[in-house]
Amino acid sequence: MSSRALKGGLFKALLLFSLFVGLLMLVVLVLDVFLDGLPYLDLTLLTNPPSSDPEIAGARPAILATLYIGLLLLLFVVPIGVGTALYLEEYADKTRWYNRLLEINIQNLAAVPSIVYGILGLAFLVRGLGLGRVLLAGAMILTLLVLPTVIIAAREAIRSVPDSIRQGAYALGATQWQVVSRQVLPAAIPGIATGSILALSRAIGETAPLIMIGAVTYISFDPTILGPFTALPIQIYSFLRLPQEEFKLLAAASIIVLLVLLLTLNAFAIYLRNRYRRTW
Amino acid sequence: MTAMTEQASTIGPMSLAEIAKGHGDQGVTNRDAVFKVSDLSVSYSGNVAIRDVGLDVHKNAVTAFIGPSGCGKSTLIRCFDRMNDLVPGAKVEGEVLYHGKNLYGSDVDPVEVRRRIGMVFQKPNPFPKSIYDNIAFGPRVLGLKGKLEERVERALHRSALWDEVKDRLKESALGLSGGQQQRLCIARCLAVEPDVILMDEPASALDPISTTRIEDLMHELKRDYTIVIVTHNMQQAARVADMTAFFSVEVDEASGKRTGVLVEYDHTSKIFTTPADKRTEDYVTGRFG
Repeated sequence: MSSRALKGGLFKALLLFSLFVGLLMLVVLVLDVFLDGLPYLDLTLLTNPPSSDPEIAGARPAILATLYIGLLLLLFVVPIGVGTALYLEEYADKTRWYNRLLEINIQNLAAVPSIVYGILGLAFLVRGLGLGRVLLAGAMILTLLVLPTVIIAAREAIRSVPDSIRQGAYALGATQWQVVSRQVLPAAIPGIATGSILALSRAIGETAPLIMIGAVTYISFDPTILGPFTALPIQIYSFLRLPQEEFKLLAAASIIVLLVLLLTLNAFAIYLRNRYRRTW
Repeated sequence: MTAMTEQASTIGPMSLAEIAKGHGDQGVTNRDAVFKVSDLSVSYSGNVAIRDVGLDVHKNAVTAFIGPSGCGKSTLIRCFDRMNDLVPGAKVEGEVLYHGKNLYGSDVDPVEVRRRIGMVFQKPNPFPKSIYDNIAFGPRVLGLKGKLEERVERALHRSALWDEVKDRLKESALGLSGGQQQRLCIARCLAVEPDVILMDEPASALDPISTTRIEDLMHELKRDYTIVIVTHNMQQAARVADMTAFFSVEVDEASGKRTGVLVEYDHTSKIFTTPADKRTEDYVTGRFG
């Protein structure tokens, strides 16, 4: 083999190796978790509250709280995120300094560490507004955390609607509201949905901001919106801190639940993206 | 098909002058002016795209704007339906009278203007919806009275598309061919019953057969509508237009900025056979541009 072909082959091998590093880690992680957790992955885990006895301990309040948080989050983040994105893309005069400032700030917000959002939530929601350490406060702080992501995804989706569509609608005598609500928004929905779901899956895996606003680690009753709560990642953490070996396995089982939840959401997002992929 | 349109589809090796001689209605200048343009200048963020234009667009005639790239003909046609309003930084000075009323008067709502003056764009731009919903969009947003289905069918008949799409009205408009899409856009425009149809190079993205169909359509439609068309294709202007305006580009020696100006506006046959201006003659005989 010539040395040139050898170099090419070597390079390809290097690329493959890089690919395998990530893939291998994921496989090891998933396998390890599944081997540990599978025996404990049963109805008890899904339907029982935590207990000091690992045999009857479950994660029901945490699973429910995570679901509630997810629903509330979507309820908050989609209208606010899409509204912001529509304003910035369709209405804002981009030559104005304050609109440019807004844009830059949103991009910066997306890069703020989640613990900082936790501190914000503690100061403004829990104490300032006096909400207390409740599930609603948790959902709101996670909303703020993923809002920039949703705004950016929605803007991308809105921007990808070709201008010729807007022009065509305007030329027929449509008002700006009609153009936005009947042409731009429907055409952007797949992209917005994909972005929102990915943001949701990021939010429900978050731990730091929830710990910050004081999500309690031991909750034995079903959560309510205005009551104390724990979430799945925090439940996993608290299982791991218990001394008995069985709780470690219970934590692994809870991780499986969380992973299944996240992967389902991501798969749904990918499905949406492919289903509605459009070529103009 | 009329004798005139049959001739239009067989251009052969005829010269522009020969094509133009057999075409164009000499009487159009006696008809009412739909648009009266005077001292019109348009600038984008301070750069003047076209300046000091004055011309009349006559009722039930096809008026063509021709000229080299950058001469401002597309800019001008977009003044007639106030589409330039959508471009940030665009500024229109001068006067465009539409049936005697200034389109740029302070009491004029551009949305109202656009429902009377339709536009067909260079690239077919069907909405990502069904064929039916494409046509129905205009009547729906304008809240037009009357049965929607009849309106859609009538518009498709008038744009000579009905027979090709009647069995698949619920299918996506994006599945149509380019030529069909452009006729769909014409139908979409007709569905709101405009007074004027503006066409900005409507056939430049189409194959010759589709182009011929669009041109035939223009001959049909001018009986009921006033049509203004921008075209790069001089033969097209010679075939379809009653009146033709030739625009040129002036380059400022000092700044290098390019500005479009109206050189000559007359009957199409006159423009292509005995133009008054040397620049027009050079352009139509192919010595320039």
